[in-house]
Amino acid sequence: MTAYRIVRTAMKALQRNPMRAMLTTLGIVIGVAAVIAMMEIGTGSSSALQKTIASMGANVMMIRPGTAASGGISFGAGTVITLTPQDYEAILRECPSVRSAAPVVRARTQVVYGGRNWVPSSIYGTTPSFLDIREWNNLAEGEMFSERDVFTAGKVCVLGQTLARELFQGEFPIGKEIRVKNVPFRVVGVLSAKGANMMGSDQDDILLAPWTTIKYRVTGAALENANQSAGSDTASSSINTLSNLYPGDAPSLYPARSAVQTANNPMPVRFANIDQIYTAARSTAEIAAAIKEITAMLRERHRIQPGEPEDFTVRDMTEMTNTLSSTTTLMTNLLLCVAMISLVVGGVGIMNIMFVSVTERTREIGLRMAVGARARDILRQFLVEAVVLCMVGGAMGILLGHGGSYLVWLLLRWPVETSPAAVAAAVLVSAGVGMVFGFYPAWKASRLDPIEALRYE
Amino acid sequence: MELIELRHICKTYQMGDLDVPVLKGVSLTVARGELVALMGASGSGKSTLMNILGCLDRPSSGEYWLDEQEVSRLSSDQRAIARNHKIGFVFQNFNLLPRTSALENVAMPLAYGSARLSDRETRRRAEEMLCRVGLQERLDHQPSQLSGGQQQRVAIARALVNRPAVLFADEPTGNLDSRTSADVLHMFYQLNEQEGITIILVTHDANVARHARRVINIHDGVIKDGSFGLNEKADDLQIDVLPVAAAAGGVR
Repeated sequence: MTAYRIVRTAMKALQRNPMRAMLTTLGIVIGVAAVIAMMEIGTGSSSALQKTIASMGANVMMIRPGTAASGGISFGAGTVITLTPQDYEAILRECPSVRSAAPVVRARTQVVYGGRNWVPSSIYGTTPSFLDIREWNNLAEGEMFSERDVFTAGKVCVLGQTLARELFQGEFPIGKEIRVKNVPFRVVGVLSAKGANMMGSDQDDILLAPWTTIKYRVTGAALENANQSAGSDTASSSINTLSNLYPGDAPSLYPARSAVQTANNPMPVRFANIDQIYTAARSTAEIAAAIKEITAMLRERHRIQPGEPEDFTVRDMTEMTNTLSSTTTLMTNLLLCVAMISLVVGGVGIMNIMFVSVTERTREIGLRMAVGARARDILRQFLVEAVVLCMVGGAMGILLGHGGSYLVWLLLRWPVETSPAAVAAAVLVSAGVGMVFGFYPAWKASRLDPIEALRYE
Repeated sequence: MELIELRHICKTYQMGDLDVPVLKGVSLTVARGELVALMGASGSGKSTLMNILGCLDRPSSGEYWLDEQEVSRLSSDQRAIARNHKIGFVFQNFNLLPRTSALENVAMPLAYGSARLSDRETRRRAEEMLCRVGLQERLDHQPSQLSGGQQQRVAIARALVNRPAVLFADEPTGNLDSRTSADVLHMFYQLNEQEGITIILVTHDANVARHARRVINIHDGVIKDGSFGLNEKADDLQIDVLPVAAAAGGVR
């Protein structure tokens, strides 16, 4: 018999008792529907979580300068300035897994507007692509400064929500002029609120400006983590503040280097350097590849011999991502297990009904054997019936599960995502359930003795 | 060679430690084109002989030649093929598939045949068979919509659809009233007469056996008479049997 005829015979046999067939498949329908709904809701929430993580900067990698060592003494991470604007351009140009990169020049200084002042936790000199990397593209007001501003070291800036609130107190900030370390900046935009980051520090307490402007007009120095408005080397040191224990003088841990020492052992200083580079991989999956590419490229650019330690570090948020996504994966798998159990229960129902069916149709089996059906024909017929039952149930379950997850999305706004893998798995599993649970009754049927089967009352 | 030839067929059932011999050396022949009745009281071994003849069961010993093939030693799968190709069954209780049209019931044995018939050919053959038994108006009726006689005719059509060498009818009129019984028996008679189909009627009813040209009487596992119906002797045999049949008819 051709496969088509076998299936048609099975369908006809099932049609003889449509109500029972439907009730039997109900177990499979519910099982498959549960699996599909769980998979869709699971993948939906995990991809929503991925998005959330991404907005926190999960795809972000930070490249920071490495450790300087002089005479065997390590000065700690970031003490040597090795990254250049050319490095960042090269990363953008030569690393295919990197979506975007932005240089960052940091400063920590006072920002003044009218009679108010504030020292934001971060003043970043960067390029417009910084917002893209941090997934921060929606500005609350105004717009981001442009590449042209970066090129011309334009005195424009974008404020974070906290900074804008502290300085302007509800006044409209766009177009106003603020002073950063006595350099006037025009406010062109206000960032949207982002809240605290994973470590609890306020991400909205920020000022963004072209890196060239910060670098050449504001800091003028290599790397500054200290509050430069309270620093030592500019005119602003004359600010009269009572909170400063040592006005105009930062305490030094080490004895100041004499002119002779400096001349003998000069610290390598480059003038066009940057504090760090923010890069974003194309996707979370490509982070590892991106790190590899960046490391190889920078080693080459910095002429580091094989075996020598790097003069930079690349860090990513892998750990954070892993922790968060493992939680959703765990939940999804847990729910999937429960759904699978209901599928097994459905399978037992199928087996039960197939047994009833075999008993009830003993005479039919005997007749089929009498007219020439071999044992394997009978086995196949009942097995196909069970599988068809399961497959029909599976198809209905897929629709029901899909509808259910759509309903969940509609009513509860939980994120759902159609998953073709789940559909394929459901089809395979329901066919498998039919095979496994249909086999024993079918085998029993094929073992019947035709004489006794024909005489069965 | 005859169509059916049994040589010293024995069948012994084992009930625990006890051996119960049911057939004790049965030998008989049936020629092509014969209409034979197999008679015997219940418990005489009639059904067992029928099962062996129908290739549903295997004898404990002896030879069974069916259509020039020794079938007593075949495996169950080979016997299934033999049943499909050479044997048609008509049962007392019709054994039609419920909630299935007459046409599909008749076409059912074709599905197990080795010849791969197209759907159209299958349908054509089933229709032809149903026409032959006079049910051309009832092709799509289900068994529950047919009378007993019509159901039995569907069963006959089903038995004939594979063009078997021999047709076994096991108490074909047992569930029918006398009028429809006569119709069905007349149909057997006609099929035998006009189309030369070999028919073996199994019955305990002498009235039924009367329609046969030869009666094989089985009693207590051995054949009493009618084993070897030589064709030229068939008329004599019928004469022998007729008074018995007439007597039985009178009682009824």
